[in-house]
Amino acid sequence: MTWSFDDNLPIYLQIIRILKSDLARGKYQPGEKLPAVRELALEAGVNPNTMQKALAELERDGLVKSQRTAGRFVTEDKEKIMEISKTLAYDEIAKMVENISSLGYEKKDILQLLERYLAEQEA
Amino acid sequence: MNDTMDMIQGGSVSQKAVLQVNSLCKSYGNHPVLEGVGFTIPRGRIVGLLGPNGCGKSTLMKLISGLTQPDSGEILIDGVLPSKQTKSMISYLPERTYLNDWMKIKDILNLFSDFYADFDLERAKAMLSDLNISADSKLKTMSKGTKEKVQLILVMSRRAHLYLLDEPIGGVDPAAREYILNTILKNFEETSSILISTHLIQDVETIFDQVLFLNHGKIVINGEVDEIRSTYGKSIDGLFREVFKC
Repeated sequence: MTWSFDDNLPIYLQIIRILKSDLARGKYQPGEKLPAVRELALEAGVNPNTMQKALAELERDGLVKSQRTAGRFVTEDKEKIMEISKTLAYDEIAKMVENISSLGYEKKDILQLLERYLAEQEA
Repeated sequence: MNDTMDMIQGGSVSQKAVLQVNSLCKSYGNHPVLEGVGFTIPRGRIVGLLGPNGCGKSTLMKLISGLTQPDSGEILIDGVLPSKQTKSMISYLPERTYLNDWMKIKDILNLFSDFYADFDLERAKAMLSDLNISADSKLKTMSKGTKEKVQLILVMSRRAHLYLLDEPIGGVDPAAREYILNTILKNFEETSSILISTHLIQDVETIFDQVLFLNHGKIVINGEVDEIRSTYGKSIDGLFREVFKC
């Protein structure tokens, strides 16, 4: 089964997001070798050039690094990976805050709601 | 964008366009089919040729493959005009089959090996055995979907410069469609390019680098998929529906 993509965003940006969350989730561990471009492209069902472009972007951000003949590896810098998790979590929170605000809640209510929700989940 | 292409292509491969089409015109009788079509396909690309029925997609493919002659304009395949020489450079999957129904798979494999010096027999055999198709089975006994897969395998088993696939996923079920797209991606080499015509855009748009919209014999959009997505804020399929609204 190939990856699923939204209609309104460039595909390479969506690939970057998926790969970043793979890194955050630990699907690929720090220092681990990534599958080859072609393999990843097949898995995603995308053009290899598009996959290459997404990986080049991750490389620019220092999240993966190329070793000329050996392939591409996840960074060993665990802090960088933590940073991704945080950024992705912030993105989710931003979406949530926007959605709840649109229901008419004030900012201070949102925190209260969230706390109550978490408490109920635990109970 | 260009850095990416260069990286994939490496330095050793010629940078000349695989396909260059200039001011191409073709009419059938009084009916103009192509009116001044021009575009370039660099090496290492998968390009979608998109347009409604009757817009000239198949005619364009036939002209590139040299099966029919243009009224005016020019086609260059790796810098060469369509000729006997370019037939060995192009692997063409026509809209309709030209294989005889009574043939066995092994006959067809022999035919392709005889005809095309660049036919990779082992690769074709491996792909056919992945599908559990035996060398002794006849085309006649196969379903439409299986026949289409067999033809695609034959075409993609050549080591050509340019692949022309005319509606490779028309009329097959979604599972067969996925198999076909996978086969295209797996066999795609950075030294060649693939031109795929289709009107089933949604299923295939993620495998294209570049798309050409053909309408009433003219190219109305020619661009990189991701650039189009960010410019218009919609998928190629969405844009197609807008451009070709009936």
